[in-house]
Order: sequence, then structure tokens, then C-alpha cells
Amino acid sequence: MARVPVVFTVNGTEAAEFVEPGAMLSDVLRDKLDLTGTRVGCSQGTCGACTVMIDGELILSCLTPAQRVNGKSVVTIEGVATNGELDPIQQAFATGFATQCGFCTSGMIVAAKALLDANPDPSRDEVVDAISGNICRCTGYEPIINAILSAAAERRVAKSA
Amino acid sequence: MEHIRKIFADERSDDHNAVGVSIERSDGLGHVTGKTQFYADRHYPGMLTLKMVRSPHHHAKILNVDTSAAEKMPGVVRVLTHADVPSNIYTILRLIQVEPNDEPVLAVDKVRFKGEAVVAVLAESEAIARDAVDAVRIDYEELPPVFDVEEALKPGAPLVNEYHGNNYFTYEGHHCRRVRYGDVEKGFAAADHVVEERYSSAPIEHAPVETTGCIVVPEANGRLTCYSNTQALFFTLDNAGLILNTPFQRLRLIGGTVGGGFGGKVDVITEPVAFLAADLTKRPVKFSYSREEEMQVSSPRAAERIYIKDGVMNDGRIVARQIRLYVDAGAYSRHSPYGTTKAAAHMPGPYTIPNVQVDAHCVYANRTPSSAMRGFGVTIGDFALEVQMDKIARLIGMDPMALRMLNAYRDGDAKAHGETTKGAALVEVMQEAAKLADWPLDGKYLSESSGKGG
Repeated sequence: MARVPVVFTVNGTEAAEFVEPGAMLSDVLRDKLDLTGTRVGCSQGTCGACTVMIDGELILSCLTPAQRVNGKSVVTIEGVATNGELDPIQQAFATGFATQCGFCTSGMIVAAKALLDANPDPSRDEVVDAISGNICRCTGYEPIINAILSAAAERRVAKSA
Repeated sequence: MEHIRKIFADERSDDHNAVGVSIERSDGLGHVTGKTQFYADRHYPGMLTLKMVRSPHHHAKILNVDTSAAEKMPGVVRVLTHADVPSNIYTILRLIQVEPNDEPVLAVDKVRFKGEAVVAVLAESEAIARDAVDAVRIDYEELPPVFDVEEALKPGAPLVNEYHGNNYFTYEGHHCRRVRYGDVEKGFAAADHVVEERYSSAPIEHAPVETTGCIVVPEANGRLTCYSNTQALFFTLDNAGLILNTPFQRLRLIGGTVGGGFGGKVDVITEPVAFLAADLTKRPVKFSYSREEEMQVSSPRAAERIYIKDGVMNDGRIVARQIRLYVDAGAYSRHSPYGTTKAAAHMPGPYTIPNVQVDAHCVYANRTPSSAMRGFGVTIGDFALEVQMDKIARLIGMDPMALRMLNAYRDGDAKAHGETTKGAALVEVMQEAAKLADWPLDGKYLSESSGKGG
């Protein structure tokens, strides 16, 4: 099958690849661009490990054909830190023991970023709702929720400073 | 503690100060930045995808395997059957003297559970591998399956695993792992009440977010390097060496980064065939379970069925406990003979009971082989025992905590396995738990201890 060109921005840098028609965004990110921080757990849109942002919206990259991101801007876990400086969400996950095996962490942090970018002061229920598409089988949800809430406070302080 | 101090007298001090202090995980920053490298995050030029042709039947004879159409497909590099595996029949725990070998890497003349691997295909891409799996033709003759542990032990039940000759694992000549202590029948005769209950559990899948898998890379010097998410690197290395019939030092295992294990990644299943495939093709090989395979064929926690019969006095003393326990191993042993021994060793719970009888059966049925999962052999038994304790307490109208205090083992008490209780802290733990739970504990139990005669 003839491969098709896909041109998009990923973490602020232009990417141009020839992909198999129907190739999923997660595979292009991982196999062609070596952005392996986007994890694939189920390939059926149920675990949330592959969560990335397209033009600020959360999507599951394992179910999104790469062709659909033509001309769009993708943010993966590798793009959450700025110039090597961790986002408060990442810092809060690390210091708040919100990681165990680490496999769900990328998707959790991207989902948290989408929430806090849109809603800087979420309630606990809103945080729970925001990560309800992400499964942590180590079942460490409480520290994850707490980390997102403390990162929200941290981000608000940083913004007002 | 004194013992440890003596052994490490020259090597360590006791001034550790980590308890009560938060110390960041060494892998935390890798996790939050996405930099942690799981096995599947490695790419190698020319890497092949391995996929399995699996049995659609629970129990069937294999009449014929035709791989010719798959082999002719463009992009298919190699197709493996049992004939390609140097030492095809194994059992993981042979390394600790569990026998007999009872499981094929690739099925030979029959399949014993739905999803059993029969043929491995190696292709240039995942899509081609999937098409090649569909192109392999296997003719089966279905056999009657048995799914229930007690049905499997009845005379005339279909024989699941010929390597055992029976549908049970044999423990030193016995059909089950046994514990005998005192005389339970005498205990029941003397008891004020006899409480008999049946407890059962279903298999439980760990469902890690990262599915089971590995990548094997042939090195220039003839060695094979395996990147795996196994929880059991050394069992994997040794079993793979025995299966490939190759010196162990030719194989190298790199692991330790596991995207959720919970005991589900201690079986040695994906690595041996991936090692073999890489050795035969001289190409890197990746074998990853799909989510469906993770759910269907990876080992779950064993289903158990437990019958408990207790002789109880009006004052709460348990004077006899008889346990009949069945572990559903599925079609193959894997870790279940060991798990069943653990189950037997855990009975009759942390209680001092003068008459105990345990029959713990490790049973083969045409179900997905079960294996390790967090506290396997113990967790389900504890569920049964503690529900039983609550039932006894209700029956005789006693506080359930007091019932446990009364029967709790103390230092110096004889245990059903012939050991003497040492270092017990059960009474103190229950006192603390009662305090935390605001449970009104009878004053006399607050002054007791786990010490000798406490």
C-alpha cells in the first residue's frame, strides 16, 4: 500500500513522515519519532496510557489515525516540561508518590495538564472526572488526585507571582 | 534481629534513618517525564514481530498442522512449530525440583486450554504477522473438557494433562498436600457446635496496563540479549537455556522495569520462544501480548474452593478444624503446586487449634493455567478463614474480635505443622487494630500479649 505523507507539529517542532494509511498516531509517535513516553496499553481506547493533546484537546493516540493530525499541533508527555524545567504537575507526581510502576503516568499527566490548562482551580470531583479515562492498575489514585490538586495550587501561585 | 546483627556484624550498622521519612523514588523523574524505558520502547532495525496461532478449543486433539500457506506469504520470515523447539516440554519450577515437566512451549498433539499456543509466526510487520496467523490451518478433534475442580477429580473425568496421569499434582505419593495434627473426628465429637461452610473464588486477572512481552536481539558474538518485563529474570534465563538446550551464558536478560506485574509476570512464557526465534532467524524479535491475549491466556490468580469444618465450644474455643481445599491450576502446573503448598502451610490460620486436618489439592482442568498473584495460596484462604471466624462468632453470640483473641496463637504454642510458634505479634496487632477501629475490646484482652502464656 502506498504510504501517505503526514505533516504536523509535535511539542513545538515540525514532524514530517510517510506513514501506512491507517497507521495510528501512537505508532508514529513511538516508532518513527522515538517519542516512546506515550505508552500503549490496550490499543482499544480503554486504558488511557496513550493520551496526548491535539490542539489542546485530549485524545487517545492508539485510536487516532496519524493522517488526522495533518496540520495540527500535538503535545505528548515529552512536551509537558518547558526547556528542561518540569511542570508543577510532573514535580507534584514525583514528590507526592503519584507514580508506582509508571506505565499510566504519561497519560495521567497529559490528562491533568489538559484539565489545569482549562480550569486552573478544579474541585476534587473535577480532578477525578478528568482522569476517569486513565487506568492505574497499581491503584494509586489517591496520590494522583492529591498531586494534581497540589500542582493546581502551585501553578496558580506561579502565575500570580 | 540478634541473628542478623551477628551475621552482618562487620558490614552494616543499625543507624538507618529512612523510616518515617519521605524519600523520592529513584525512578520517579523518569516516570513523570516519559523517559523511563520499558522493554517495548526499544527499536532495532529489522525487528520481526512474533504472533501465536492459538487454540480455539478448550480441549482437543491436534490432527494436522498446515503452515504452508502462511510460509508463502510475502513478509513472513519463519513459522515455528513444536518440532523447532530443542527441548519443548518444561515446567517453570523444575528449577526448585518441582516435577514432572508438563507444559509444551508449542503444543504437540493436543491442546488443553482455550488460547494455548500451537504455532508461532515471524513476520516483517505486525499486520503481516496477524494475516499469517489467520493463514495457518490446524485441524482439531474436540475432546470433552472438564472445568470444575471437583468434577475433575471424579473417576472417569477427562484426563487433562497426561504428564501427570491424573488430574492432580502428586505430593510425595499423595493426591494432595496434607497436614495431620491431633484427631479432628475426636474434636468434632467433643465440640458443642460443628460449623461447616463452603467458600469459593473466581480466577482474577492482574490486567497490568503494560501487557506481557519481550524483545530478543542476537548479538555479533553469538549471544542473545532479551529485554523483558518479566518479574523473574533468573527463572526466565535458566528455563530458556534449558528449552533452547544452550549454555546459560549465551543468554542475557535485561529487565527490572515492569509496567505492572502483581505476580502476573513471573511465568516464563514469552521469552523462550522469542529467544529461539531470534536464534533461528538471526534477527531481533518482539513478542508482545495483545490486550486480548493478556486477558485470555496470561495466568490469573487461581480460583479456589475451600470447605471448612470447625468444632467449636460454647466459650469460643475452636477444638477441631478440617479443611478441604482445591486450587484450580488450569491445564498446567506453572506456580500452582507451590501455591497449593503455601495454602496448606497457611492453614489453620493464626490460631492454636489442637486437632487439624488439611487436604489441599492442586487440580488440573481445561482452563487458562493459573499462577502467582499477590499472596497467592494465602489470600483466598484468609478470606475463607476470617469469614468462617465471623460466622462462628455470630453462632455462639461472641464478639468476633474476642473470638480471635481467645484462639490467637502465642509464642510457644504448637502449630499444626509441627513447628513451635515464635515471634508472634498477633495479639498486639489486634489490640492496635481494635484501637484504630474504635472497637470496644473486652478489658481482659487489652492486658494480654503474644508472649509465652500471654
